[in-house]
Amino acid sequence: MAARHKSIETKYYEDRDCVLRALRNCDRRTFLKISAATMGAVLARGLTPPHTFQLVEIAGAATGPAIGKGFASEGAAGSRPFTFAYISDAHLYERTLNQRFVRAIVKAVDDVNALDPQPDFVLYGGDLAQLGEPSQLETGRRILSGLKARVKMMVGEHDWFLDLGEKWQQLFGPPTYSFDWKGVHVVVLQSVYEKDFWTARKMTPLERMQTVAGLDNALQSRFEVGEKQREWLKNNLAKVSHATPILVFSHSPLYKYYRPWNFWTEDAEQVQAILRPFNKVTVIHGHTHQMLFNQIGNISFYGMLSTAWPWPYAPEGLPKLTVQMNRADPFDQFDGCGDGQATVLAGGTVDKVYNLWDRNPVTVKASYLRSFGKADRPPAPQFASY
Amino acid sequence: MKPRTKMAVAVLAGSLAAASAVYLAAGIRAVRTYAQALPAHQLPKSQGGNVVVQLCDGQTTAEIPGLKPGQRMTRAQALEFSRKLMAEWQRKHPDRGWVMAQAKNPGAAQAPAGSAAGGSGKGRETIAGPGTSSAAKFKSQQGDTYASFHERDFVIWKAQTDTFVEQGNKIFHSAQLLGSTIGVSCDMCHPNAANTHPETYPKYQEQLQRVALLRDMINWCIENPVRGATLAPDDPKMRALEAYILAQRKGVPLAYGKH
Repeated sequence: MAARHKSIETKYYEDRDCVLRALRNCDRRTFLKISAATMGAVLARGLTPPHTFQLVEIAGAATGPAIGKGFASEGAAGSRPFTFAYISDAHLYERTLNQRFVRAIVKAVDDVNALDPQPDFVLYGGDLAQLGEPSQLETGRRILSGLKARVKMMVGEHDWFLDLGEKWQQLFGPPTYSFDWKGVHVVVLQSVYEKDFWTARKMTPLERMQTVAGLDNALQSRFEVGEKQREWLKNNLAKVSHATPILVFSHSPLYKYYRPWNFWTEDAEQVQAILRPFNKVTVIHGHTHQMLFNQIGNISFYGMLSTAWPWPYAPEGLPKLTVQMNRADPFDQFDGCGDGQATVLAGGTVDKVYNLWDRNPVTVKASYLRSFGKADRPPAPQFASY
Repeated sequence: MKPRTKMAVAVLAGSLAAASAVYLAAGIRAVRTYAQALPAHQLPKSQGGNVVVQLCDGQTTAEIPGLKPGQRMTRAQALEFSRKLMAEWQRKHPDRGWVMAQAKNPGAAQAPAGSAAGGSGKGRETIAGPGTSSAAKFKSQQGDTYASFHERDFVIWKAQTDTFVEQGNKIFHSAQLLGSTIGVSCDMCHPNAANTHPETYPKYQEQLQRVALLRDMINWCIENPVRGATLAPDDPKMRALEAYILAQRKGVPLAYGKH
């Protein structure tokens, strides 16, 4: 106990405080000295700001000649390439209670604001709050309002089960909606409804919320889109041509990965059936906090990273096409976390960049998924999960 | 400058003293709790004030002539004395070889590793449940320490163990019980203790610059992501957390040093 170790995070903040203290009373010459020393320290540690390579990725994606090659000829129904960014699963407590998670989402906002060119929009992938408290949701809204690009909101179970979505809807509007963007039909779903498990157990709203907030308890029901919303989806897509690329955002994966942790949507098959007639469908989901991708028939699935913490891969059910991300270093708050961008190609399929903080970003191409793993396999992890 | 330095030293010394006092108090409390949890056998008093020791059967005792409390035997004396104690037990139980009883008794909790081919798979089902120890079905040696347990004992042991694991389960899932100042609990990153891989310890942990045990990593997590106060190694909460985490990896082969 005497030999206390310090995490990378602690050391970083001590260094930072030290520099800031020194900066408080210094003249121009001293300031220059300090900044030169700081730059030196940064270089000596081999740290490079992640945006350097990230910009190349995006600029290339948006304008490079490789875009849409091979897909443009697949009969794109007039969709034009564009990029969007995402931030997901911040799990905020109030700033006064937990600075750690706040710091992470602020880092993601900075990442996205540094993108040049700016993405067409930013998807927030759900679980803005940890326990659905109004103060947590408002904290999140304040931070997201710092984004330069427009924000599209999606709801997660951590936002929902304290008041069954009342505060979230008051702040952000209906959780189910659609819009058309550059020839792509975009649908945002509320995929985390659950059958009532709380009334019979006489749970308070907070108990209900806390039960849903844990992955590994058997008390709660499984996530579902539900009959009513499936009807809505059918009607919504009825007028859309089957050649139009469809982009679906859902918080839970719209397939069945691992039931005990609700990495799962109970009526996934029924939702997939509604999407089956369309040539190109991409589902982007949150909740699983890891690099995760899958292809079922015509539907490509991509999971999003969390800003707050990475989940371990489940002991079974991992889609064959998923290439695991390297195990996260528990000594680094940001490792295994991050944000990302997606490029909607001219043909309407989607390449996705996993912007893993403190690591090289990983791009997962639509061609990898749509060839069922035959082409463009992402690099394998050096250390997969135990 | 000088008085300021003096003051800083004084403050530092004061906080160190306070910290060590807190640590000592916590440590003593933890040790006491641990000690209370263990049964104490009553030993007969020695006439001459000599040290009395007891065999692990809980009955056979002997006095060590000339050895007063606080004194120490040489290794040769100790070996000689333990031989005598064992001989005494064998004299009382002339028909029993105790090593044989341990290895062959089907009611014993675990067969020695060498005797159970493919033992890693065997342990998956239950912890030495009553189903494996039906004395009526097997002809077994009776009457000694290990053979004298019955199905009821196994049921009680299992219940006790499960209760202990359940305490760990509660702590693992509770930011409050963990003493988190920021509302974070273990299960938030480790559902069902996934990715805690207790079977890989001890191993060199680069970030700690030393060989780590599971409890070192538990304490690291409590201190950093959970933002709570670390636990003494014998703290009941630490013991319960270890029990829960290990219980989740039943049947996984031990692989110390694995990265």
